[in-house]
Amino acid sequence: MDGIALLTIFVLSVFIGFEVISKVSSILHTPLMSGANAIHGVVVVGAIVVAGHAQDNVQLVLGLVAIVLGAINMVGGFVVTDRMLKMFTAPKKPAADKSREARP
Amino acid sequence: MTSTWAGLAGLAVSVCFILALKGLSGPKTARNGNLIGAAGAVLAVIVTFASDSHLEHLPLLYSALAVGSLIGWFAARQVKMTAMPQLVALFNGVGGATAALIALIEYLSGGAGETKLILAATVFTALVGCVSFTGSVLTFLKLQELITTRPIVLPAGRFITSAVGVITLISAVDMVVTPTSARLYLLCVLSLVLGVLVVLPVGGADVPIVISLLNAFTGLSVAASGYVLDSVLLIVAGTLVGASGTLLTRMMAKAMGRPLLKTMFGAFTAVAVGTAATDGVERSVRSSSPDDVAIMLAYAQKVIIVPGYGLAVAQAQHALRELVDLLTERGIGVAYAIHPVAGRMPGHMNVLLAEANVPYDQLKEMDEVNPEFRSADVAIVVGANDVVNPAARTDKTAPIFGMPILNVDEANQVVFLKRSMRPGFAGISNELLYDPRTSLLFGDAKDSLTKVVGALKAL
Repeated sequence: MDGIALLTIFVLSVFIGFEVISKVSSILHTPLMSGANAIHGVVVVGAIVVAGHAQDNVQLVLGLVAIVLGAINMVGGFVVTDRMLKMFTAPKKPAADKSREARP
Repeated sequence: MTSTWAGLAGLAVSVCFILALKGLSGPKTARNGNLIGAAGAVLAVIVTFASDSHLEHLPLLYSALAVGSLIGWFAARQVKMTAMPQLVALFNGVGGATAALIALIEYLSGGAGETKLILAATVFTALVGCVSFTGSVLTFLKLQELITTRPIVLPAGRFITSAVGVITLISAVDMVVTPTSARLYLLCVLSLVLGVLVVLPVGGADVPIVISLLNAFTGLSVAASGYVLDSVLLIVAGTLVGASGTLLTRMMAKAMGRPLLKTMFGAFTAVAVGTAATDGVERSVRSSSPDDVAIMLAYAQKVIIVPGYGLAVAQAQHALRELVDLLTERGIGVAYAIHPVAGRMPGHMNVLLAEANVPYDQLKEMDEVNPEFRSADVAIVVGANDVVNPAARTDKTAPIFGMPILNVDEANQVVFLKRSMRPGFAGISNELLYDPRTSLLFGDAKDSLTKVVGALKAL
């Protein structure tokens, strides 16, 4: 793809990145950061490509290390974010829920 | 898989990531947002394998992917909630390292003949990725308290950091002009050193902001690696994180009342913080017993609880909740005052209290609760220190000066539950401890709270 198209994609992505999180309460700062951290873990696909096209053993070893690190970033990032967020969404008021269930 | 399908799948992944960030910024949609992001990432990996039929060493690639996934999954499941911020820092660091390695390998496999623009992107990826890697590892060490949480100021540190920064930039430009692999290795080493030097002088209270900033850095590094690899997906994902991460860093800095530029360039402005405040004459504090505290609480009408990191370390959330339930039964109004950075990071305390099933409506954010302290009979500070330190309002030399604090000093009486007189994360002493209206209950937070609950039941 030519440079101008890539530059366009880059600039538009900057605006989307600013726009999507323009309003977020401080409670969610940590999970949001952790989630964003997991998203850049997708860099592992780049590592897969360079390792898969490695031309000698040095490149292959470096590539495999990159895959391991990238996968840690991606998988660990999403799992730890989910663990944080699970606590926000778990039913907090079992008593209230029960009374609702008891209603005919 | 044809390149058209691969391109469309890449577009789907990009949309997933945008929806993920959008979802993560609202409390109700956050969890689904994260799951959408994870689904996008999985799709990205599948498409990568399916669309490139020239990939070699497939068994090795799969194994490496499995090993990394297992390590990440295991670490994320096993980490204690109190240690979560440093794990996120570590994940961010390895992400930066991945981007840097990609740039290095791509160059070694014949990158010298590439255009200057590609070379510049390669150099940017390597430089920023390396800085993010060592910087993140250092924040991990600080949060894990494997090294001191105080700012570390080397002699002539400002000069050294500036010098290394300038040399790094020169070697980066040099590498673009006349690329050799030796120059790229040198650049990586310089960048790794720079990451350490920049984060060393950052004080405890600023560490979360730096993690967020390094997160944005890694995003930009990933975006640049996308340019090198001609991958639209990586450009979009990296840029999204870079942009939203920068904005998030600004929001966090604002919530903590920290000027962002000062934090970023702390390396160049930091001065050694003396311990003069804690030296000199031993001043007396009023220590108290669980029975005294129980009586004080029993005759109060309004109690505000300020939970801090110490509460979580002592695993005292459940004991605290028992105390609150007991007080509520007696018709005493109780609220939790949550400082934006209570714990180690914005929102960290909410996660820790949610773990103990504390009802959400009892948690009050700083702006909401601060006017309430004036009419509160008792404020109980459990394992918090810096977020209630009036020095943030009055002492211009304090490293936390300017940070908004909870106005605990306005309450009628203040009780500190503390293990010792050790200062908080920012490493400065707290005048409020010596106030005549303050009493201290020394001991493990869980232990003390259980004793107070027992005494209250016996009344």
